[in-house]
Amino acid sequence: MSDGPAPVLHAEGLVKTHYGEGAPAHAVRGVDLSVTRGEFVAITGPSGAGKSTLLHLLGGLLRPDSGRIELDGVSTDNWSEARWAVERRKRIGIVFQFFNLVSNVSVADNVELPALLAGASPKKARTEREELLAELGLDGKERSMPGELSGGEQQRVALARALVNHPPLLLADEPAGSLDSKGTREVMRLLSRFHQRGQTILLVTHDARLASAADRVISFFDGRIADDAALTDTAPPRRGGISGVLELRD
Amino acid sequence: MRLPLLALLARGPAHGYELKQDLERMLGSAYPQPNVGQIYVTLGRLEKSGLIEGEDVEQSSRPNKKVYHLTDAGREALSAWFEETEDEPRVRDEFFMKLALAPQTGLADQIALINKQRRQYLTTMRNLSKLAAAEDRDNRIAHLLIEGAMLHLQADLDWLERCQEELEELE
Repeated sequence: MSDGPAPVLHAEGLVKTHYGEGAPAHAVRGVDLSVTRGEFVAITGPSGAGKSTLLHLLGGLLRPDSGRIELDGVSTDNWSEARWAVERRKRIGIVFQFFNLVSNVSVADNVELPALLAGASPKKARTEREELLAELGLDGKERSMPGELSGGEQQRVALARALVNHPPLLLADEPAGSLDSKGTREVMRLLSRFHQRGQTILLVTHDARLASAADRVISFFDGRIADDAALTDTAPPRRGGISGVLELRD
Repeated sequence: MRLPLLALLARGPAHGYELKQDLERMLGSAYPQPNVGQIYVTLGRLEKSGLIEGEDVEQSSRPNKKVYHLTDAGREALSAWFEETEDEPRVRDEFFMKLALAPQTGLADQIALINKQRRQYLTTMRNLSKLAAAEDRDNRIAHLLIEGAMLHLQADLDWLERCQEELEELE
Protein backbone atom coordinates (compact mmCIF):
# COMPACT_ATOMS: atom_id res chain seq x y z
CA MET A 1 0.00 0.00 0.00
CA SER A 2 2.93 2.34 0.52
CA ASP A 3 4.18 2.36 -3.05
CA GLY A 4 2.20 3.93 -5.87
CA PRO A 5 -1.12 5.75 -5.71
CA ALA A 6 -3.90 4.33 -3.54
CA PRO A 7 -6.16 1.87 -5.36
CA VAL A 8 -9.41 3.31 -6.69
CA LEU A 9 -11.14 0.73 -4.57
CA HIS A 10 -9.90 -1.33 -1.67
CA ALA A 11 -12.04 -3.68 0.40
CA GLU A 12 -11.08 -5.91 3.30
CA GLY A 13 -12.97 -8.66 5.07
CA LEU A 14 -16.38 -7.79 3.65
CA VAL A 15 -19.22 -9.84 5.10
CA LYS A 16 -22.92 -9.53 4.38
CA THR A 17 -25.72 -11.84 5.45
CA HIS A 18 -29.30 -11.33 4.30
CA TYR A 19 -31.93 -12.09 6.93
CA GLY A 20 -35.28 -12.72 5.30
CA GLU A 21 -37.85 -15.41 5.73
CA GLY A 22 -36.23 -18.79 6.18
CA ALA A 23 -32.57 -19.41 6.81
CA PRO A 24 -30.10 -16.49 6.72
CA ALA A 25 -28.35 -16.17 3.36
CA HIS A 26 -24.59 -15.69 3.62
CA ALA A 27 -24.22 -13.64 0.45
CA VAL A 28 -20.69 -12.33 0.99
CA ARG A 29 -18.39 -14.29 3.28
CA GLY A 30 -15.12 -12.48 3.72
CA VAL A 31 -13.95 -10.69 0.58
CA ASP A 32 -10.69 -8.80 0.10
CA LEU A 33 -10.42 -6.90 -3.16
CA SER A 34 -8.31 -4.13 -4.64
CA VAL A 35 -8.89 -2.40 -7.95
CA THR A 36 -6.16 -0.14 -9.28
CA ARG A 37 -6.63 2.84 -11.55
CA GLY A 38 -7.41 1.97 -15.14
CA GLU A 39 -8.22 -1.67 -14.42
CA PHE A 40 -11.22 -3.41 -15.97
CA VAL A 41 -12.30 -6.17 -13.59
CA ALA A 42 -15.16 -8.60 -14.14
CA ILE A 43 -16.76 -10.66 -11.38
CA THR A 44 -18.48 -13.78 -12.68
CA GLY A 45 -20.28 -16.60 -11.01
CA PRO A 46 -23.62 -18.41 -10.90
CA SER A 47 -26.75 -16.52 -9.91
CA GLY A 48 -27.13 -16.51 -6.15
CA ALA A 49 -23.36 -16.55 -5.60
CA GLY A 50 -23.56 -13.11 -4.00
CA LYS A 51 -21.83 -11.11 -6.71
CA SER A 52 -24.57 -8.49 -6.96
CA THR A 53 -24.56 -8.08 -3.17
CA LEU A 54 -20.81 -7.53 -3.34
CA LEU A 55 -21.21 -4.82 -5.98
CA HIS A 56 -23.92 -3.13 -3.91
CA LEU A 57 -21.59 -3.14 -0.88
CA LEU A 58 -18.81 -1.59 -2.96
CA GLY A 59 -21.13 1.13 -4.22
CA GLY A 60 -22.44 1.91 -0.76
CA LEU A 61 -25.95 0.81 -1.71
CA LEU A 62 -25.78 -1.77 1.10
CA ARG A 63 -23.83 -1.67 4.38
CA PRO A 64 -21.58 -4.63 5.22
CA ASP A 65 -22.02 -6.52 8.49
CA SER A 66 -18.27 -6.22 8.88
CA GLY A 67 -15.23 -5.26 6.85
CA ARG A 68 -14.06 -1.99 5.43
CA ILE A 69 -14.00 -0.12 2.12
CA GLU A 70 -11.66 2.62 0.94
CA LEU A 71 -12.22 4.75 -2.15
CA ASP A 72 -9.05 6.42 -3.47
CA GLY A 73 -7.42 5.78 -0.11
CA VAL A 74 -10.28 7.43 1.81
CA SER A 75 -12.01 5.27 4.41
CA THR A 76 -15.79 5.07 4.04
CA ASP A 77 -16.23 3.48 7.48
CA ASN A 78 -18.06 6.40 9.03
CA TRP A 79 -20.01 7.56 6.01
CA SER A 80 -23.74 8.05 6.58
CA GLU A 81 -26.34 7.27 3.90
CA ALA A 82 -26.41 10.96 3.00
CA ARG A 83 -22.63 11.14 2.71
CA TRP A 84 -22.59 8.04 0.50
CA ALA A 85 -25.25 9.59 -1.74
CA VAL A 86 -23.14 12.73 -2.16
CA GLU A 87 -19.84 10.89 -2.68
CA ARG A 88 -21.41 8.46 -5.12
CA ARG A 89 -22.28 11.30 -7.47
CA LYS A 90 -18.63 12.18 -7.93
CA ARG A 91 -16.71 9.01 -7.20
CA ILE A 92 -18.83 6.17 -8.54
CA GLY A 93 -21.03 5.73 -11.61
CA ILE A 94 -23.39 2.78 -11.54
CA VAL A 95 -25.33 1.00 -14.28
CA PHE A 96 -27.91 -1.65 -13.48
CA GLN A 97 -29.54 -4.52 -15.32
CA PHE A 98 -32.86 -2.72 -15.63
CA PHE A 99 -31.41 0.72 -16.44
CA ASN A 100 -33.23 2.50 -13.55
CA LEU A 101 -33.80 5.65 -15.59
CA VAL A 102 -36.26 8.25 -14.31
CA SER A 103 -39.22 7.34 -16.49
CA ASN A 104 -41.08 10.64 -16.51
CA VAL A 105 -38.26 12.94 -17.59
CA SER A 106 -36.50 13.14 -20.95
CA VAL A 107 -33.29 11.38 -21.94
CA ALA A 108 -31.45 14.72 -21.78
CA ASP A 109 -32.66 15.40 -18.24
CA ASN A 110 -31.80 11.89 -17.10
CA VAL A 111 -28.20 12.56 -18.04
CA GLU A 112 -27.98 16.20 -16.96
CA LEU A 113 -29.63 15.77 -13.57
CA PRO A 114 -26.72 14.00 -11.84
CA ALA A 115 -24.33 16.63 -13.22
CA LEU A 116 -26.47 19.44 -11.83
CA LEU A 117 -26.80 17.64 -8.49
CA ALA A 118 -23.03 17.36 -8.35
CA GLY A 119 -22.72 21.12 -8.76
CA ALA A 120 -22.09 21.57 -12.49
CA SER A 121 -23.46 24.70 -14.14
CA PRO A 122 -26.45 24.15 -16.46
CA LYS A 123 -24.25 25.03 -19.41
CA LYS A 124 -21.55 22.56 -18.40
CA ALA A 125 -24.14 19.84 -17.72
CA ARG A 126 -25.60 20.40 -21.16
CA THR A 127 -22.24 20.25 -22.91
CA GLU A 128 -21.32 17.03 -21.11
CA ARG A 129 -24.67 15.53 -21.97
CA GLU A 130 -24.39 16.45 -25.63
CA GLU A 131 -20.92 14.96 -25.90
CA LEU A 132 -21.84 11.72 -24.19
CA LEU A 133 -25.06 11.15 -26.10
CA ALA A 134 -23.27 11.78 -29.39
CA GLU A 135 -20.49 9.44 -28.36
CA LEU A 136 -23.04 6.75 -27.50
CA GLY A 137 -24.88 7.13 -30.80
CA LEU A 138 -27.97 8.71 -29.24
CA ASP A 139 -28.08 11.91 -31.28
CA GLY A 140 -31.63 13.03 -31.81
CA LYS A 141 -32.97 11.10 -28.81
CA GLU A 142 -32.56 13.94 -26.31
CA ARG A 143 -36.25 14.77 -26.11
CA SER A 144 -37.41 11.15 -26.05
CA MET A 145 -38.77 9.62 -22.88
CA PRO A 146 -36.97 6.47 -21.67
CA GLY A 147 -40.03 4.31 -22.37
CA GLU A 148 -39.85 5.20 -26.06
CA LEU A 149 -36.35 3.72 -26.41
CA SER A 150 -35.23 0.13 -26.96
CA GLY A 151 -33.50 -1.70 -24.11
CA GLY A 152 -30.12 -1.22 -25.69
CA GLU A 153 -30.71 2.51 -26.10
CA GLN A 154 -31.92 2.85 -22.51
CA GLN A 155 -28.77 1.14 -21.28
CA ARG A 156 -26.67 3.58 -23.28
CA VAL A 157 -28.53 6.47 -21.63
CA ALA A 158 -27.84 4.85 -18.27
CA LEU A 159 -24.17 4.64 -19.20
CA ALA A 160 -24.13 8.33 -20.13
CA ARG A 161 -25.77 9.17 -16.80
CA ALA A 162 -23.23 7.09 -14.90
CA LEU A 163 -20.28 8.75 -16.63
CA VAL A 164 -21.46 12.36 -16.80
CA ASN A 165 -19.50 13.37 -13.69
CA HIS A 166 -16.34 11.51 -14.80
CA PRO A 167 -16.30 9.21 -11.77
CA PRO A 168 -13.00 7.44 -11.11
CA LEU A 169 -14.93 4.16 -10.78
CA LEU A 170 -17.71 2.68 -12.92
CA LEU A 171 -19.71 -0.16 -11.38
CA ALA A 172 -21.86 -2.24 -13.74
CA ASP A 173 -24.33 -4.81 -12.41
CA GLU A 174 -25.33 -7.25 -15.19
CA PRO A 175 -25.50 -4.36 -17.68
CA ALA A 176 -26.47 -6.71 -20.50
CA GLY A 177 -28.71 -8.91 -18.37
CA SER A 178 -31.90 -7.73 -20.04
CA LEU A 179 -30.52 -7.15 -23.53
CA ASP A 180 -30.45 -9.36 -26.60
CA SER A 181 -27.27 -10.58 -28.24
CA LYS A 182 -26.85 -7.41 -30.29
CA GLY A 183 -27.40 -5.19 -27.24
CA THR A 184 -24.86 -7.27 -25.32
CA ARG A 185 -22.23 -6.74 -28.01
CA GLU A 186 -22.98 -3.03 -28.00
CA VAL A 187 -22.51 -2.76 -24.21
CA MET A 188 -19.32 -4.79 -24.48
CA ARG A 189 -17.93 -2.52 -27.18
CA LEU A 190 -18.73 0.62 -25.21
CA LEU A 191 -17.27 -0.65 -21.94
CA SER A 192 -14.08 -1.60 -23.79
CA ARG A 193 -13.91 1.80 -25.42
CA PHE A 194 -14.25 3.70 -22.13
CA HIS A 195 -11.75 1.36 -20.53
CA GLN A 196 -9.23 2.07 -23.30
CA ARG A 197 -9.52 5.73 -22.44
CA GLY A 198 -8.58 4.99 -18.85
CA GLN A 199 -11.93 4.42 -17.15
CA THR A 200 -11.69 2.03 -14.19
CA ILE A 201 -14.53 -0.50 -14.40
CA LEU A 202 -15.85 -3.17 -12.08
CA LEU A 203 -18.39 -5.35 -13.85
CA VAL A 204 -20.61 -8.07 -12.40
CA THR A 205 -21.93 -10.54 -14.96
CA HIS A 206 -22.80 -14.16 -15.51
CA ASP A 207 -22.04 -13.70 -19.23
CA ALA A 208 -18.55 -14.94 -20.05
CA ARG A 209 -18.52 -13.06 -23.34
CA LEU A 210 -18.99 -9.81 -21.50
CA ALA A 211 -16.50 -10.80 -18.80
CA SER A 212 -13.85 -11.54 -21.41
CA ALA A 213 -13.75 -7.85 -22.32
CA ALA A 214 -12.14 -7.28 -18.90
CA ASP A 215 -8.45 -7.73 -18.27
CA ARG A 216 -8.99 -9.42 -14.93
CA VAL A 217 -11.71 -11.93 -14.12
CA ILE A 218 -12.72 -12.89 -10.59
CA SER A 219 -14.75 -16.07 -10.16
CA PHE A 220 -17.18 -15.74 -7.32
CA PHE A 221 -18.72 -18.78 -5.68
CA ASP A 222 -20.83 -19.04 -2.60
CA GLY A 223 -19.90 -15.62 -1.26
CA ARG A 224 -16.18 -16.02 -1.79
CA ILE A 225 -13.52 -15.36 -4.41
CA ALA A 226 -12.63 -18.73 -5.92
CA ASP A 227 -10.18 -17.45 -8.53
CA ASP A 228 -8.69 -14.14 -9.56
CA ALA A 229 -7.09 -14.28 -13.01
CA ALA A 230 -5.41 -11.68 -15.17
CA LEU A 231 -6.31 -12.35 -18.80
CA THR A 232 -3.46 -11.96 -21.22
CA ASP A 233 -3.84 -11.30 -24.88
CA THR A 234 -1.77 -14.23 -25.96
CA ALA A 235 -3.39 -17.60 -25.50
CA PRO A 236 -1.39 -20.24 -23.68
CA PRO A 237 0.43 -22.49 -26.14
CA ARG A 238 -1.69 -25.42 -27.17
CA ARG A 239 -2.72 -27.40 -30.18
CA GLY A 240 -4.32 -25.13 -32.73
CA GLY A 241 -4.44 -22.09 -30.46
CA ILE A 242 -7.39 -19.82 -30.95
CA SER A 243 -7.84 -20.96 -34.50
CA GLY A 244 -8.51 -24.46 -33.21
CA VAL A 245 -11.76 -23.21 -31.76
CA LEU A 246 -12.77 -21.92 -35.15
CA GLU A 247 -11.49 -24.82 -37.22
CA LEU A 248 -14.14 -26.21 -39.49
CA ARG A 249 -14.16 -29.93 -40.15
CA ASP A 250 -11.44 -31.12 -42.50
CA MET B 1 -11.94 -28.96 -47.05
CA ARG B 2 -13.28 -31.37 -49.74
CA LEU B 3 -16.95 -30.44 -49.64
CA PRO B 4 -16.46 -26.68 -49.31
CA LEU B 5 -14.29 -26.77 -52.45
CA LEU B 6 -16.97 -28.73 -54.30
CA ALA B 7 -19.52 -26.18 -53.12
CA LEU B 8 -17.45 -23.32 -54.47
CA LEU B 9 -17.12 -25.09 -57.81
CA ALA B 10 -20.90 -25.53 -58.06
CA ARG B 11 -21.04 -21.89 -59.10
CA GLY B 12 -18.75 -22.40 -62.06
CA PRO B 13 -15.22 -23.46 -63.04
CA ALA B 14 -12.29 -21.98 -61.11
CA HIS B 15 -8.59 -22.59 -60.48
CA GLY B 16 -6.97 -23.35 -57.14
CA TYR B 17 -5.85 -19.87 -56.24
CA GLU B 18 -9.27 -18.41 -56.99
CA LEU B 19 -10.82 -20.93 -54.63
CA LYS B 20 -8.40 -19.95 -51.87
CA GLN B 21 -9.33 -16.29 -52.33
CA ASP B 22 -13.04 -17.08 -52.33
CA LEU B 23 -12.70 -18.96 -49.06
CA GLU B 24 -10.74 -16.14 -47.48
CA ARG B 25 -13.19 -13.52 -48.60
CA MET B 26 -16.14 -15.44 -47.24
CA LEU B 27 -14.73 -16.56 -43.91
CA GLY B 28 -12.79 -13.42 -43.10
CA SER B 29 -9.85 -13.20 -40.76
CA ALA B 30 -11.68 -15.39 -38.25
CA TYR B 31 -10.97 -18.61 -40.01
CA PRO B 32 -7.38 -19.86 -40.21
CA GLN B 33 -6.20 -18.95 -43.69
CA PRO B 34 -6.48 -21.96 -45.98
CA ASN B 35 -3.11 -23.19 -47.09
CA VAL B 36 -2.82 -23.06 -50.87
CA GLY B 37 -0.81 -26.28 -50.93
CA GLN B 38 -3.56 -28.05 -49.04
CA ILE B 39 -6.09 -26.76 -51.55
CA TYR B 40 -4.10 -28.13 -54.52
CA VAL B 41 -3.67 -31.51 -52.82
CA THR B 42 -7.39 -31.68 -52.09
CA LEU B 43 -8.24 -30.72 -55.68
CA GLY B 44 -5.96 -33.51 -56.90
CA ARG B 45 -7.77 -36.04 -54.72
CA LEU B 46 -11.19 -34.80 -55.81
CA GLU B 47 -10.15 -35.19 -59.42
CA LYS B 48 -8.85 -38.70 -58.81
CA SER B 49 -12.17 -39.72 -57.30
CA GLY B 50 -14.05 -38.27 -60.27
CA LEU B 51 -15.88 -35.53 -58.42
CA ILE B 52 -14.21 -32.76 -60.42
CA GLU B 53 -12.35 -32.52 -63.70
CA GLY B 54 -9.39 -30.31 -64.45
CA GLU B 55 -8.42 -28.67 -67.73
CA ASP B 56 -5.06 -27.12 -68.44
CA VAL B 57 -5.28 -23.55 -69.60
CA GLU B 58 -2.27 -22.08 -71.33
CA GLN B 59 -0.94 -18.81 -70.05
CA SER B 60 1.46 -16.71 -72.11
CA SER B 61 3.99 -15.58 -69.53
CA ARG B 62 3.32 -18.07 -66.75
CA PRO B 63 3.07 -21.83 -66.32
CA ASN B 64 -0.26 -23.38 -67.30
CA LYS B 65 -3.00 -23.25 -64.75
CA LYS B 66 -5.59 -25.90 -64.17
CA VAL B 67 -9.23 -24.88 -64.16
CA TYR B 68 -11.59 -27.29 -62.42
CA HIS B 69 -15.27 -27.94 -62.89
CA LEU B 70 -17.75 -30.07 -61.02
CA THR B 71 -18.77 -33.45 -62.52
CA ASP B 72 -22.22 -35.03 -62.15
CA ALA B 73 -20.77 -37.31 -59.46
CA GLY B 74 -19.45 -34.21 -57.68
CA ARG B 75 -22.83 -32.55 -57.80
CA GLU B 76 -24.37 -35.69 -56.29
CA ALA B 77 -21.78 -35.81 -53.50
CA LEU B 78 -22.55 -32.17 -52.75
CA SER B 79 -26.30 -32.82 -52.60
CA ALA B 80 -25.67 -35.71 -50.24
CA TRP B 81 -23.58 -33.39 -48.05
CA PHE B 82 -26.43 -30.91 -47.76
CA GLU B 83 -28.85 -33.76 -47.13
CA GLU B 84 -27.16 -35.12 -44.01
CA THR B 85 -27.15 -33.45 -40.58
CA GLU B 86 -23.93 -33.03 -38.63
CA ASP B 87 -22.79 -34.60 -35.35
CA GLU B 88 -23.15 -32.62 -32.15
CA PRO B 89 -19.97 -30.98 -30.82
CA ARG B 90 -18.25 -33.25 -28.34
CA VAL B 91 -18.15 -32.65 -24.62
CA ARG B 92 -14.54 -31.87 -23.66
CA ASP B 93 -13.88 -35.46 -22.73
CA GLU B 94 -10.18 -35.20 -21.89
CA PHE B 95 -10.81 -32.52 -19.30
CA PHE B 96 -13.76 -34.48 -17.98
CA MET B 97 -11.55 -37.54 -17.42
CA LYS B 98 -9.00 -35.42 -15.54
CA LEU B 99 -11.75 -34.04 -13.34
CA ALA B 100 -13.26 -37.45 -12.69
CA LEU B 101 -9.97 -39.18 -11.92
CA ALA B 102 -8.09 -36.44 -10.05
CA PRO B 103 -9.25 -37.29 -6.50
CA GLN B 104 -8.05 -40.89 -6.52
CA THR B 105 -4.60 -39.98 -7.80
CA GLY B 106 -3.85 -37.41 -5.12
CA LEU B 107 -1.92 -35.53 -7.81
CA ALA B 108 -4.37 -32.76 -8.66
CA ASP B 109 -7.14 -30.81 -7.00
CA GLN B 110 -10.47 -30.68 -8.82
CA ILE B 111 -11.17 -27.03 -8.06
CA ALA B 112 -7.66 -26.06 -9.15
CA LEU B 113 -8.23 -27.98 -12.40
CA ILE B 114 -11.48 -26.13 -13.00
CA ASN B 115 -9.90 -22.75 -12.29
CA LYS B 116 -7.03 -23.46 -14.65
CA GLN B 117 -9.35 -24.60 -17.42
CA ARG B 118 -11.58 -21.57 -16.92
CA ARG B 119 -8.62 -19.23 -17.31
CA GLN B 120 -7.82 -20.76 -20.64
CA TYR B 121 -11.42 -20.57 -21.90
CA LEU B 122 -11.67 -16.94 -20.78
CA THR B 123 -8.44 -16.07 -22.56
CA THR B 124 -9.70 -17.71 -25.73
CA MET B 125 -13.01 -15.90 -25.32
CA ARG B 126 -11.13 -12.65 -25.07
CA ASN B 127 -9.18 -13.38 -28.23
CA LEU B 128 -12.41 -14.23 -30.04
CA SER B 129 -13.89 -10.88 -28.93
CA LYS B 130 -10.88 -9.10 -30.36
CA LEU B 131 -11.18 -11.04 -33.59
CA ALA B 132 -14.83 -10.06 -33.84
CA ALA B 133 -13.98 -6.42 -33.23
CA ALA B 134 -11.32 -6.50 -35.94
CA GLU B 135 -13.46 -8.31 -38.51
CA ASP B 136 -15.24 -6.39 -41.26
CA ARG B 137 -18.68 -5.49 -39.88
CA ASP B 138 -20.46 -6.43 -43.07
CA ASN B 139 -19.06 -9.94 -43.25
CA ARG B 140 -21.98 -11.69 -41.59
CA ILE B 141 -20.71 -15.20 -42.24
CA ALA B 142 -17.40 -14.48 -40.50
CA HIS B 143 -19.21 -12.92 -37.55
CA LEU B 144 -21.54 -15.89 -37.25
CA LEU B 145 -18.55 -18.24 -37.19
CA ILE B 146 -16.96 -16.28 -34.32
CA GLU B 147 -20.24 -15.97 -32.47
CA GLY B 148 -20.78 -19.71 -32.73
CA ALA B 149 -17.36 -20.36 -31.22
CA MET B 150 -18.13 -17.91 -28.42
CA LEU B 151 -21.46 -19.51 -27.62
CA HIS B 152 -19.83 -22.96 -27.44
CA LEU B 153 -17.21 -21.58 -25.08
CA GLN B 154 -19.91 -19.91 -23.03
CA ALA B 155 -21.58 -23.30 -22.65
CA ASP B 156 -18.26 -24.87 -21.60
CA LEU B 157 -17.79 -22.12 -19.02
CA ASP B 158 -21.33 -22.60 -17.71
CA TRP B 159 -20.61 -26.28 -17.33
CA LEU B 160 -17.36 -25.57 -15.42
CA GLU B 161 -19.43 -23.38 -13.13
CA ARG B 162 -21.84 -26.26 -12.49
CA CYS B 163 -18.91 -28.59 -11.73
CA GLN B 164 -17.51 -26.08 -9.30
CA GLU B 165 -20.85 -25.61 -7.54
CA GLU B 166 -21.35 -29.35 -7.11
CA LEU B 167 -17.80 -30.21 -6.11
CA GLU B 168 -17.34 -27.34 -3.67
CA GLU B 169 -20.36 -28.54 -1.72
CA LEU B 170 -18.60 -31.81 -1.09
CA GLU B 171 -15.50 -30.20 0.35
